[in-house]
Order: sequence, then C-alpha cells, then structure tokens
Amino acid sequence: MKFRTFSRHLSGSFKSLGRNAWMTFASVSAVTVTLLLVGVFIVIMMNLNKIADNIENDVEIKVIVDLAANDKAIAKLEKEIQETKGIQDLEFSSNEQELSKMIKGFGDELGLYKQDNPLRHAFYLKAADPHQTAEIAKKIETYEYTYEVIYGEGKVEKLFGFLNSGRNVGLGLIIALLFTAMFLISNTIRVTINARRNEIEIMKLVGATNNFVRIPFILEGIWLGILGALLPMILLTVAYFNLYDIIEPKIEGELFKLLEVTPFIYQLNALILGLGIFIGIWGSFMSVRKFLKV
Amino acid sequence: MIVMKDVYKKYSNGVVASNGINIEISRGEFVYVVGPSGAGKSTFIKMMYREETPTSGDIFIDGVNLATLKRRKVPYLRRRIGVVFQDFKLLPKLNVYENVAFALEVIEETPARIRKKVTDVLELVGLAQKARMFPNELSGGEQQRVAIARSIVNVPQLVIADEPTGNLDPETSYEIMNIFERINARGTTIVMATHNKEIVNTMKHRVIAVEGGLIARDELGGAYGYEV
Ligand SMILES: Nc1ncnc2c1ncn2[C@@H]1O[C@H](COP(=O)(O)OP(=O)(O)OP(=O)(O)O)[C@@H](O)[C@H]1O
Ligand SMILES: [Mg+2]
Repeated sequence: MKFRTFSRHLSGSFKSLGRNAWMTFASVSAVTVTLLLVGVFIVIMMNLNKIADNIENDVEIKVIVDLAANDKAIAKLEKEIQETKGIQDLEFSSNEQELSKMIKGFGDELGLYKQDNPLRHAFYLKAADPHQTAEIAKKIETYEYTYEVIYGEGKVEKLFGFLNSGRNVGLGLIIALLFTAMFLISNTIRVTINARRNEIEIMKLVGATNNFVRIPFILEGIWLGILGALLPMILLTVAYFNLYDIIEPKIEGELFKLLEVTPFIYQLNALILGLGIFIGIWGSFMSVRKFLKV
Repeated sequence: MIVMKDVYKKYSNGVVASNGINIEISRGEFVYVVGPSGAGKSTFIKMMYREETPTSGDIFIDGVNLATLKRRKVPYLRRRIGVVFQDFKLLPKLNVYENVAFALEVIEETPARIRKKVTDVLELVGLAQKARMFPNELSGGEQQRVAIARSIVNVPQLVIADEPTGNLDPETSYEIMNIFERINARGTTIVMATHNKEIVNTMKHRVIAVEGGLIARDELGGAYGYEV
C-alpha cells in the first residue's frame, strides 16, 4: 500500500474515534477492565506456579525400613531403590541419625533416650520429575522390608489441584471478558461503518479494493485495543514494582520467592499490548465482515 | 462489449427478475432499457457491474465472464465501468471537486493525475466554475452532472445509468442527456434504464424493452412504446 493511502487511513481512523466518543470510551473501558484482570490473573498464576515449582522440587520421599530388616536386607532394599527409575538424591539415615534429627527438632523434652531408640532406619530420596513423586512412592512401597513410604502428605496434590481449578475459573472468566470486549469493539466499529455507509457504497462502486475499504476500520480497532491496554500496562508495572519491593523482603523462606521484576514485567506488558491489539483487530473483523460484505 | 447468455436471476425471496436473457451490446452503442416498473431493468443493469450475480447463465464484459470472476477481481472490473443513479449518491461533506476526486483517490491514483483528470472532466460537464461548491448548494441537474463527472473521470469504456433523469425536470433532463450524448460521441458505450418517454422518442437510439424478466423488444432507433 502506498504511504499516501496509509496516512489517509490513519487520520481517518483517528477522526472516527473522536466522532463516536462515547462508543470509543465504552469499548476502551471494556478492554481496560479485561486486560487489567488478565494481567492480575497472570501475575498471580505465574507466581503461584513458581512457588508450586519450588515446593514440588523440594518434595522428599521418606522410606521407613521395617524393624525386621537386617543389614543385608537393608542393603538389598537400598540397591532396589537405587535402581528405581526416575529417582535421585538417595540417602540413608540410620535410626540413630533419625533420633538426633528429632531431638534437634523438638528438643529433649520428649524424654527420648538414645539407648531406648523407638525409631526405624530410613531412606530419603527425591523424584527427578516431581510429578512422578506419587508413582515412585507407590512402587517403592511394594519392595520387601519397607514399613511405610511418606511424601509431602498430600500437600503437593492439594496445591496442584488448587492451581488447576484456579486456572480454569480464571481462564473461563477471562474468555468471557475477552468476548465482551470484542463485542463492544465490533459495535463501536459498526457505528462508524453505518456513519460512512454512503462513502463505502461509492468506494466499492468506483472500484476500491476490499483492503482499501477495510483497513480504516481495522486501524480503528487497533487503536481501541492499544488505548485499552495503556492503563493496565501502567498500573500493573507500578503495582508489581511495589509488590516486589515491599512484600518480597517480608516473605521468609526460600520457597516463597516472587518472580524477578525483569524480564517478567516486560513479558507481561508485551502480552497485554498484544492481547489488546488482537482484541481490537478481531472485534473490527467481526463487524467489517458482517456489515461490509467486502 | 456486453454479452448475456441465458441469464436467469432469482432473488433470495423467490422473485425471478431475469428469466433467460440473451443480449449483445457492441462497443460504442447507446442503449435505452425500458419497461414497466418491476420488469427487471435495474436487475439487468446491476448484473453488468456485478452488483448482483446471476443465478445461472453467463455475462461477458469485454470477454471477461462475470459469473466466474473472482471477488477479489471485481474492483478492477468496476474501474472500467462508470455508474450513475437517479439519486446521484454524492457525499454531502465533500465539494464538487472532492466528490469527483474521491473516485480516483480510493483507487490510489497519483495526486498530479487526479488534479488533471478532475479538472478536465469538470470542464466537460460544465461545472468548472462550481468546483468549490457543496452538493446542497447545487440544483438537481448540477448534482447529476457531478455524479456523471465522477462516473467518467477514470475514462471507462462503459457507462451504466439507472434512471439518471428520474428526479429532474424535462429541460434539465435534456441537458443531462446532452452530456451522455457527448460521452457516447467519444466512443463510450452507454446503457441507460429510463422511464422518460420524450427522451427515448426524440433522441433516437437502440431500445431494449424488458417485461417480466424477459427481453420483449429490441429495436435500433426504436420508440418508448409504453403509455405513461
Ligand atoms: N434485492 C432484491 N431482493 C429481492 N427482490 C428484488 C431485489 N431487487 C429487486 N427485486 C425484485 O425484482 C423485481 C425486478 O426489480 P427491478 O428493480 O429490477 O425492477 P425495475 O424494472 O428496475 O423497476 P423500476 O422501474 O421500478 O425501477 C421486482 O419484483 C423487485 O421487487
Ligand atoms: Mg429500477
């Protein structure tokens, strides 16, 4: 397309934004609300995902050895566990080591004495792929002389279940919002198309190409999308900086770390802007196709 | 120039507006299309610039079959055809010059050529002095001249007019007809649907009468043939 044509379309699309000020306001607001929620959702989900990752990578499997096992049986069990597919960081901990760990944890108030050790030997290990924790635990349970296999105590499952259902609800909500925003944009553009109906009729009559007719409306959709993305981008950036600066230092523990500001905030902004433009183009396509029959 | 073969057109509401039309119009001809209201004149004409497509049959314009012409190619067909209507279809916010230039701008003609072509055509239709006026400041006849100027500014080989004098008084109608005569004299083919008995009977040309979606009569230098 020629530059002259493009600048003509450009100024035309700006003018029509101003002409339907109220419709413009309505659809820009819809895009703003949608993208703001999308952004908040993404910030929450991405950070929860990271935390979940941290936690799940930390899940240890504890294999408690039966009292009846002698040294030979323990060695055999160790070998069996060692050969189980997908495990890593296998470590043995004798009943004495277990006891000192417990004493360290609770103090000696429990009155536990080394000579009267009620504890069993144990193995500690991790699944190379945390998702397979449960599977591996189940497998090890079938080995001879295992007394009990303990891992995460359902914490991981619960967290993942929560993440998944949260994600689904969020996604459903966001898709509904996206459609609302697109619908509003397509309505706004339909008003422009109606206002320019005669002009379009003549354009087509004298042989303007379909793209020539279509482009101003697509541009208008893009502006609506970009205008709608501005506020969410600014708000989310400011909010995340503050969240990171204020909240992050107060959270203790290695597991609960927020995502670093960069590059996360750049990715987030790019995504929101892209989504805004996408909503705009799609919204205008819907009305252009329906009402122009180009 | 125009060839129609067994053209049949049924609208989606079931109305049959063309019921097997066969016609041939040569380059440079001036043709009146007459017939009672609802006979199918406008439909006949609209199919020529592909505003409507036939349900079956073939239409050739300069050897191009419109029945198989791709939608993407339609704009380029339209650039070779000028169309004029009873209601002018001018843009009220543009002045005379801009209304005519609009037809060239939207097909991305260069500014220099737009200036030259628009100036020339306004001269031809006698509106050079009123180039800066707006449609609502013009008489009906002047508005129609602007519309004609717009239709011929890109020098089409074919000009199609659907009742171009339908809204005009007799004297103005003759002025407009004179412009069409002048365009025709330059070798441009003209197809004009009209209800204007006086004009058809005095400015003699080929007359095609459409009745009930069929060609009822086709005479060179024919008469209007209906009581008004
Ligand atoms: N878009 C349309 N959809 C459905 N029916 C139509 C359409 N256009 C025309 N018709 C019908 O087709 C028939 C022919 O219409 P057309 O406009 O071709 O007649 P005409 O000869 O131009 O009439 P007039 O002299 O009043 O302009 C009419 O019965 C009309 O109602
Ligand atoms: Mg008609």
